[in-house]
Parts: sequence; C-alpha cells; structure tokens
Amino acid sequence: MGERMFIEGNEAIARGATVADCQAFFGYPITPQNEITQWFAREFPKMGRIFVQTQSELGSINMLYGAAATGIRAMTSSSSPGWSLMQETMSDMANAELPCVVIDVQRGGPGGGPIRHAQQDYFQCTRGGGHGDYRNIVLAPASAQECCDLTQLAFYLADKYRNPVVVISDAIIGRLRETIEVKKIDFGPMPDKDWAVTGKGRHKDGKRRVVEHAGDLFARYPSYQALLLNLDQKIKRMQESELRYEGYKTEDAELILVAYGYTARVSKEAVNMARTEGIKAGLIRLITAWPFPYEVLRQKASQGSRFLAVEDSLGQLVDDVRVAVESHTEVGLVNILDRHMPTDGGMILPDKILAKIEVMK
Amino acid sequence: MTEKTEAMTRERVTGRPRLLIPQTAGFVYCPGCHEPLVARAIAEALEEMGMGDETIGVFDIGCNSFLLGMLDIDSVLTPHGRPPDMATAIKHVYPDNIVFTVQGDGGLLAIGADPLLGVLTRAEKITIMMLNNAVYGTTGGQMAPTSLVGQKTTTTPEGRDAIKSGFPIHAAEMIATFKGTAYSARGAVNNPYNYERTREYIKVAFGKQMSKAGFSFIEILVACPPNWHLSPIDSLKWMEEKMIPEFPLGEFKNVDKIE
Ligand SMILES: Cc1ncc(C[n+]2csc(CCOP(=O)(O)OP(=O)(O)O)c2C)c(N)n1
Ligand code: SF4
Ligand SMILES: [Mg+2]
Repeated sequence: MGERMFIEGNEAIARGATVADCQAFFGYPITPQNEITQWFAREFPKMGRIFVQTQSELGSINMLYGAAATGIRAMTSSSSPGWSLMQETMSDMANAELPCVVIDVQRGGPGGGPIRHAQQDYFQCTRGGGHGDYRNIVLAPASAQECCDLTQLAFYLADKYRNPVVVISDAIIGRLRETIEVKKIDFGPMPDKDWAVTGKGRHKDGKRRVVEHAGDLFARYPSYQALLLNLDQKIKRMQESELRYEGYKTEDAELILVAYGYTARVSKEAVNMARTEGIKAGLIRLITAWPFPYEVLRQKASQGSRFLAVEDSLGQLVDDVRVAVESHTEVGLVNILDRHMPTDGGMILPDKILAKIEVMK
Repeated sequence: MTEKTEAMTRERVTGRPRLLIPQTAGFVYCPGCHEPLVARAIAEALEEMGMGDETIGVFDIGCNSFLLGMLDIDSVLTPHGRPPDMATAIKHVYPDNIVFTVQGDGGLLAIGADPLLGVLTRAEKITIMMLNNAVYGTTGGQMAPTSLVGQKTTTTPEGRDAIKSGFPIHAAEMIATFKGTAYSARGAVNNPYNYERTREYIKVAFGKQMSKAGFSFIEILVACPPNWHLSPIDSLKWMEEKMIPEFPLGEFKNVDKIE
C-alpha cells in the first residue's frame, strides 16, 4: 500500500518522480508549474538529492543533459515558452540517446500568451519539437493519480529506449487537487548504464566513455545512415509497443470523442450526458499522445463510427484524427473558440461538447 | 608505476603524455593552430596530478571540440554554448571529480553567456577553459566577442569598428571580479615559457576544485592562422604584437576561499 494524500497534479508529478528514484531536478520559475520546482527545492536537499535553480530553461535542459549523461535518473519541468526554449537540446538528447524526463505543464500561446490553461503544445510535443528526425514518447495524465503514475512510467520508458520522454500536462490537471495513492510501481530492475560518463576510474574495463550528439563524428556509428537507421528502428519499436489509451463506451459508439488531459475529463462527462439522451457516444482518451492510436481509430471508422476531436487549442490533435480515418468518415472539432467565455479563464465545458454531439449524431 | 612518477620520468619534450590519444585517423587541426597544444597541456597537468581517471571533460561545438578526441578521459560533447550547464550537473552528481569545460571565445562569451553567468552566480566548483582566437574559427572567421578593434573578419570586412560593434571582452579580468571565483588567469601557448606557465595555471585551477574553493577560469590565447589570414609564423608575430598587448597574460585572482 502506498501513502494516500490529497494533493494537486503538480505535486503528484514530483512525488511520482521521487518514488521512481529521480536523483536530480533542474528548474526555472514559470507559471503554472512553479509548484513542481518549489517542491523539489524544498524536499530534494533533505533527501540528499540534487536540486539546482537554473538561470533559464536553456540551463535546465542542458543540466538535464549533463545529469543524464552520468546515468542517473533526472528531470526538468516547465511550461510552454520554457518548453520552446528547450528544443535544441531535446533534439541533441535524442541523438545522444540520453534517457530523461521533461514535464510540460501547458499554458496559452502563441507567444507570451496567457499564463492559464491551454492545450496548444500538442504538435510540439508529439513531433519531437526540435530539429531533425526523432520522436519522444508523450504521456498525457488526466488526473493527479495519473500525474504520479505516468511520471514513474516516463522514467522507466526513458531508460528502456534510451530516449527522452515527455509528460504533457496542463494548468488544470496541474492545479487539480485530488486524493491519490503514491505507490512505487515495479517495472523491474533498472538497465545497466555502462555507457554513462562517470570518470574513467569507475569503469570496470578502464576505458573512456564519451556522450555526444554528433552521431558519426566520433565513431559511435559507422555512418550517418547507420545513426538514422537506429533512430528509425527505435521510433518503430516505440510505436509498436508503447501505445496507451482508454476506451470509454466505445463498443457500440456511433460517435467517438478523442481527447487528452483536462478536455478528456470534460469529454467523458459529455459522453455520459449524451448517453442519457440515448445518443451512442464514446470516448478514446489518449494516455500516450505519441504514439497515437491511428489503427484503433481506423478500425472504428471502417465500422462506421464518426469522430469528434475535443482540444483546448485551435486544432492540432484533430489533424491526427483526420490522418487516422483517411477521410472515410466525418471528423468534427470542439476547440478553444468553444470556451464558455472569451477570456483566458474560459474553459471547454460539457454542454458545448454535448451541443456539438447533438448536431453530429 | 603511478601516473605521477611516470609523468615525471617521461621526457618532457619528445615524449607523449599517456592521456593524449594518438591521432591515427589524420590530424584535424589546421597547420599552425594552437588548440592541440592545449590538449597536451591538459593531459600533462592531469597526469602530473594523477587525476586522469577522476576527471570528466565537457566540450563545446567548435574547433575546440576536437580536443574531445585527443584526451583519454570520460567526456561529453554539448550543444553549442552549453558546457557550463552540463559541467554543473555532472559536478553535482560527482562532487569529488574534476569537471572542466573547453570552449571557444564565441561559445563562451556570445551564445554561452547565459550559462557562464549562471555558473558565476551560483559559484559552481568547476573549471572553464576558454580558447581565445579572436574569431569564430569553425564557421569561417566571423567576428567574435574578443575580436580586436580594427581586426578584419568575414563579418567585419572593413575591420571591427568599435562604435558600431563594440570592444573586445576581457574575460579573465571580468570573471575575476565575481565573488564566487576562486581563480582566474590568462595564458598562451605561443612559446615554451608561456606553455609551461599555462600548464601550471591549469593545475592551480584543478586544485581549486580538489579543495572545493570555488569557481576557476583560464583563458588561453590561441592562434588561428587561416582566419587571421596569416602564415603560422606571422601568426606568432601577431600573437606577440596584437593579442598579448590587448589580452595581458597572468593571474587575476587566486584565493583559497570565496567570501
Ligand atoms: C545553436 C548553434 N548556433 C550556431 C552553430 C554554428 N557554430 C558552430 S561552431 C561556431 C563558432 C565557434 O566559435 P568559437 O566558439 O569561438 O570556437 P572556435 O571554432 O573559434 O574554436 C558556431 C557559430 C551551432 N553549431 N549551433
Ligand atoms: S580554423 Fe582556426 S581554430 Fe579552427 S582548427 Fe583551424 S586554426 Fe585552429
Ligand atoms: Mg574562437
């Protein structure tokens, strides 16, 4: 039995990282993720673990690179503008094959945007974010419990694939206080990190280790092509093995909502309301925003289901839904323009989704 | 034989330090480049201190990154400008190891100014080594923060105009003014005397890490003949007549304890 506590999603992420044996956290202040950074600043030194308040998100992500290069489990967290700043090094870490975890508690954009909730970083998270060919597994919690559990999963998957893993949250999930159980999930032993840079004296074979992101420059791969082939195979392995989603009342559904994070919770409510009206609605909630359940949607489309993407952005996730169904069926969208009020405090609420369901049914 | 005694009995001039990796696949540096001499100075310093197995090097993107292939120590290559961040994290994980960076003048003072100010602010117990060749070497000799007033570069074809594009930064003097700095010096490798002095600076700087005194910094003047548009011999002259008068050699701060 784990410890039961009444905490918000942001703290649940920190607690999940801690039980997953994260040894170092690097962070720069930005709303709405400050609770995460402050939690680590308060708790990690007491545990003898590492906390550094960085000089910028560039600092955070590059310290993460350094820590990951030593083989320890390490993490940073930020929100949209900070996440943007991190992209060059995300790309470098994919090349260098460094396992680590990065949290994006999304806020509004583009640009300075509002500091409150939004879901506008979907493309940037699921397409890698930086330059070059790579993908990251993107985990999308929709509750405080999932914030804790998916953060643990993120560390496991990062080590399994030697690749950064992103947790995409939002200001509502981050600030939502719920009762959760903080329990260490057993994924088996951590892989040996014989490649890590520790000082030559710590290696049994006495040979130097080099962590670099240039690929073929220092002979890690025989050629550039070999590096790309390895990345390609890794992307395919992740796609085949790591897809996670929750199907809710989808068996007989004629209209299937697709959503993640806070809008997935609102969508579930809308599905329940539609069902009481006798409308056969269902929900596919993404737990991995990448890999995306293309095949699942394609099958449902071939059986005649139509789709409604629900997301607190102008429309990013909806593109993946369209790709999945290959224009065989209708795809609707409830987006940020459907918020209940036009200010930055506006939210997508169940009645707006229900109204769209009624039009599409 | 320990590293230390081996280093002592080795012939200084003709021998090769054990930590210096032979460049069998061809030598990447231009004729007359001083950067490889810095690799040798670091290798000798580490061997004399017996610390090769306990040291982690962090290398920037730039001509200086080829030092990564020359030193037989655990090493990390970073995105351009970011070595101080990596070194910070690595030092926190392994506080008893020597952790140093090698960076160019562009990599430290332009794109890398954010992480530099970060380590200075936090007084990280690492060593930064900056190779000052007064240009961006790798990318074709553009103006660097250290380019001399009047110096012709590919982005200042008429010579650096101080009113339009400012004056060279004196990193060693500037860094000495920070309270978290335990050591700051500027050396060169243009003649045997300066080379030996620079190697001693490196040892003092690494010593500041071993005593956990504070941040340490060494700027090293290096010639870049192709981008100075001079022969290797004329580059040595330019080093004596232009670089060293602008960037005087010596120690600017050396304390046992920061306060
Ligand atoms: C983000 C980014 N911007 C620019 C570059 C291109 N670049 C590579 S090396 C370099 C300059 C290196 O100059 P300096 O740091 O002085 O080192 P030197 O080559 O002179 O030793 C630049 C601009 C890059 N690799 N990454
Ligand atoms: S371009 Fe300049 S710094 Fe680079 S290798 Fe050649 S001489 Fe050295
Ligand atoms: Mg330079």
